[in-house]
Amino acid sequence: MNFIMKATAASLATIVALSAPASAELTGELKINLDTSNPAPRATMEAMISRFQALNPELNITTTVIDREAYKTQIRNFLSADAPDVLTWYAANRMKPYVEAGLFEDVSDLWAEPAIAGSLASTKGALTLDGKQWGVPYSYYQIGVYYRQDIYEELGLSEPADFNEMLANCEAMIASGRKCYTIGTKWLWTAAAWFDYINMRTHGFDFQMEMARGEVKWTDPRVYETFENWGKLVRMGAFIDDHQNKDWQQSLPFVVNGEAGAILLGNFTVSPLREAGLTDDQLDFHQFPPITPGVALSEAAPTDSFHIAANAQNKENARAFLRYLVSPAEQTIINNGANLTQLPVNSAAAVDDDKFLKQGFEMLSTNSPGGVSQFFDRDFPAEIAQAAMEGMQEFMVFPDNLDDVLERIEAVREDSY
Amino acid sequence: MTTKSAWNITLAKQGWYKRNEIALTPWLFLIPGIVMFTMYVVFPIFQSFQISLFKWDGLGKLGTHGEYVGLANYEKLLTRDRSFNISLWNNLKWLIFYLVSIPAGLLIALFLNQAVRGIRLYKSLFFFPFVISQIVVGLVFTWFYDPQYGLFNGIIGFVGFEPINVLGDPGLATYGVIAAGVWPQTAFCMILYLTGLNSVDTEQVEAARLDGAKGMKMLWYVILPQLRPATFIAFVVTVIGSLRSFDLIAIMTNGGPFGSSRVLGFYMFEKSLSEYGFKMGYGAAIAVILFLIMMIFIGYFLWRTYQDEKAANQ
Amino acid sequence: MFPRPIEKSSRAWQLGYQAILPLVMLLWLAPLLAVALFSIRPDSDFIIGNYWGWPSSFEMIKNYGMVFGSAMPRYIMNSFMITIPTVIGAVALSCMTGFALGVYRFRGNLLIFFMFIAGNFVPFQILMVPVRDLTLDLGLYNTKTGLVLFHIAFQTGFCTLFMRNFIKALPYELIEAARVEGIAEWRIFWYVVLPLMKPAIAALSVLIFTFIWNDYFWAIVLTQGENTQPVTAGITSFNAQYRAMYHLMSAGSIIAALPPVLMFFLMQKHFIAGLTLGAVK
Repeated sequence: MNFIMKATAASLATIVALSAPASAELTGELKINLDTSNPAPRATMEAMISRFQALNPELNITTTVIDREAYKTQIRNFLSADAPDVLTWYAANRMKPYVEAGLFEDVSDLWAEPAIAGSLASTKGALTLDGKQWGVPYSYYQIGVYYRQDIYEELGLSEPADFNEMLANCEAMIASGRKCYTIGTKWLWTAAAWFDYINMRTHGFDFQMEMARGEVKWTDPRVYETFENWGKLVRMGAFIDDHQNKDWQQSLPFVVNGEAGAILLGNFTVSPLREAGLTDDQLDFHQFPPITPGVALSEAAPTDSFHIAANAQNKENARAFLRYLVSPAEQTIINNGANLTQLPVNSAAAVDDDKFLKQGFEMLSTNSPGGVSQFFDRDFPAEIAQAAMEGMQEFMVFPDNLDDVLERIEAVREDSY
Repeated sequence: MTTKSAWNITLAKQGWYKRNEIALTPWLFLIPGIVMFTMYVVFPIFQSFQISLFKWDGLGKLGTHGEYVGLANYEKLLTRDRSFNISLWNNLKWLIFYLVSIPAGLLIALFLNQAVRGIRLYKSLFFFPFVISQIVVGLVFTWFYDPQYGLFNGIIGFVGFEPINVLGDPGLATYGVIAAGVWPQTAFCMILYLTGLNSVDTEQVEAARLDGAKGMKMLWYVILPQLRPATFIAFVVTVIGSLRSFDLIAIMTNGGPFGSSRVLGFYMFEKSLSEYGFKMGYGAAIAVILFLIMMIFIGYFLWRTYQDEKAANQ
Repeated sequence: MFPRPIEKSSRAWQLGYQAILPLVMLLWLAPLLAVALFSIRPDSDFIIGNYWGWPSSFEMIKNYGMVFGSAMPRYIMNSFMITIPTVIGAVALSCMTGFALGVYRFRGNLLIFFMFIAGNFVPFQILMVPVRDLTLDLGLYNTKTGLVLFHIAFQTGFCTLFMRNFIKALPYELIEAARVEGIAEWRIFWYVVLPLMKPAIAALSVLIFTFIWNDYFWAIVLTQGENTQPVTAGITSFNAQYRAMYHLMSAGSIIAALPPVLMFFLMQKHFIAGLTLGAVK
């Protein structure tokens, strides 16, 4: 996937933004369901909606914010029973069940409009199933290693250039009485970030996608190789103890207090770390280093999206809202460092002048030749994702159970594809 | 009195109803209750049996979107679903260890069954875990077990043990959750026994004392037989509660670590409604199995009630 | 009385007992007291690791203020709006069913009674999917009404068991005397039986209040969001929002637990009467 340089287009963005809301004011109703329940994203979304409201004072907007974890189980209920007009969800395989059940509206018409067709091209693939588009993206973010620069300097370490250096750094970190990486695997998916990267670095993007399509056995020697690389870190004690009953937020204090040197997670980690008191001098970012020489680097960059419910009552208003939120001006605002601290999806929007956003954008647009995936639980079917992530959690606690873990995941794979 | 004459008029008017009043009234009183109960409880049980024969993602209607698969869901559950086996085992653990509440409740009841100053307040303070929702109990115990700052590790650390991550250990998590459940359940059994002890026949106790019975002997041969009704209720409610367990697991471990603390009730929810589950038919099959296990105990309760009714009517 | 009354034993043992009582109680309530202690600590105590020492300052007003400033009061209101109609509905229905089953002899009486008992003990997971679909079909998904209707129906099972046994124990002669007077059956219910059921109604109301207030499973199956969900579901959202902020999560939990606790202490006599009615027949 190619990313068009966005920073240069910043000046263009303002011009487009001024001409965007030229259409007639909307009337009637608009029901919006959001899963952005954490404080910062919630405030961002509410502010965006109120700007949309200001442009359309006659429109009656109802917003429901649902707790992010609860939302994942409730979405199917409200889609069939009490459908909102617009809702947040995730791209790729995660939207597949709803598309197949006819609960998401086909919005290919929006993607045919010149304002969207040109500027959102980079994320089109993630929102396409059966050749049609089923929603629009509003944000995406890089995943990588966020580390304590000051501690690395104190120990004389630098960003690892390959996996061996990563392991060597970790040795030094452990020798200094710290853990290398913090993680909280209670909700499982954080472990999948490690799998994604080690697997893609060991065997490449295409292998990862073959696995996602169910074409590779989980007991394949290549899968073992991935887990063996991961196991090197696990066995040396790279990860904090008792991660299996912490969520990711509970794992952050280890980095803040300097008990662990780094964390592998999405860019949304930055704002809680800053709030906890880490300055940009203490915290830095690096790309996950290469493992197998010659394997092209690829990244996972999950795309968050808005969709229209097939049972929506006000589809025209919903479309207008989607047009609005992908507009360069809105994209610039909602993704900036004061709001979501993520990357805008519109190529005409400006990437905020933020240390981590700039590095992430740079990495995704110039240093990810292998490809960009979504994220483990968005690329793999739900049933496999659940079983596999449970196995990964077990592997991280008991690396010796690997055979058993992989056989179990393989049994689920055989049953489900 | 005027009622008598008014009475005759209505009798003439509503002759048929009046003649059948005794036969009709109970049905009129029962209709609202039966309608609601049938609609929300009886009917759904049969629907679940039906759903369990389908492969259905719950997104469309069962009739149009569901695919009839016969007993395939059961076949998979019983032959090659490791999570199901774990859940079933955990249910068994729940069943056995949850019953600890009964002797524990009896013990506390015996301890508190004195007439000292302030004992009433003590009794209600001991009872009060039962009033709190399982959600709060779950949170309280999650923090209690926390490996870093939990009181539990504070205590065992004080005694010189290494900290234990109870809820993070696949071998211990279920027991940790059960212990949290036993806490309020013990309070419940305690109250049953305290009330039971109140109505123990004093003369029998005194007579036994004169015969030299005391301590355990007295408890076993004189007191416990008189506490039978309390034990029966405690047993039934505790067993049913153990098989229904859901809230504590959802709050404390979410079935983890790596699925080791699931029980059938939780696994069923996970398969049907959770983030990664879309398998309504499979979930329904789990529920049906849980229901059949529960039917053993329900049947026992009904049989006991039936015996009592027969005895009362003779 | 068993065990042997303490006042008949040695003075030393009496004093010992009096001393042990509060200690055992503290141990029994320790997990809860720990949370109460957490809820008045400042957040800085958690950062510096002062979990069990003396709080470095008392932040009760600040912490509880945060809870009241969040959506929690909304959730608590919802809980009341779900619990109270359910109590009224379930008690009303079961007064009627209990009367019918306890007073009249007719074919199928015992069968219907057993249906209510069995239904009451069913694992509610088996009802989950069909009840969710029924609620969707009625257009009541994500409404308090939908949740209340289900709760009334399900609780009718337990309440009927309770009421029927209570009415069965009433002196039947009263009803026969009324019949001889020629009083209509519904008037017997209203003027003769119902007044005698007051203690049962009080006991059952307190009990059902606690059951429904503490329900979590159906709240997450049938409702979503802060407009409809009760406080048991609310506390989990609250915790998701203030993750890892233990002083606030503790304060939130205490607030959520308070109404049934108050109810229990105020109505203790009825509560215990309700709970034990079946146990000491």
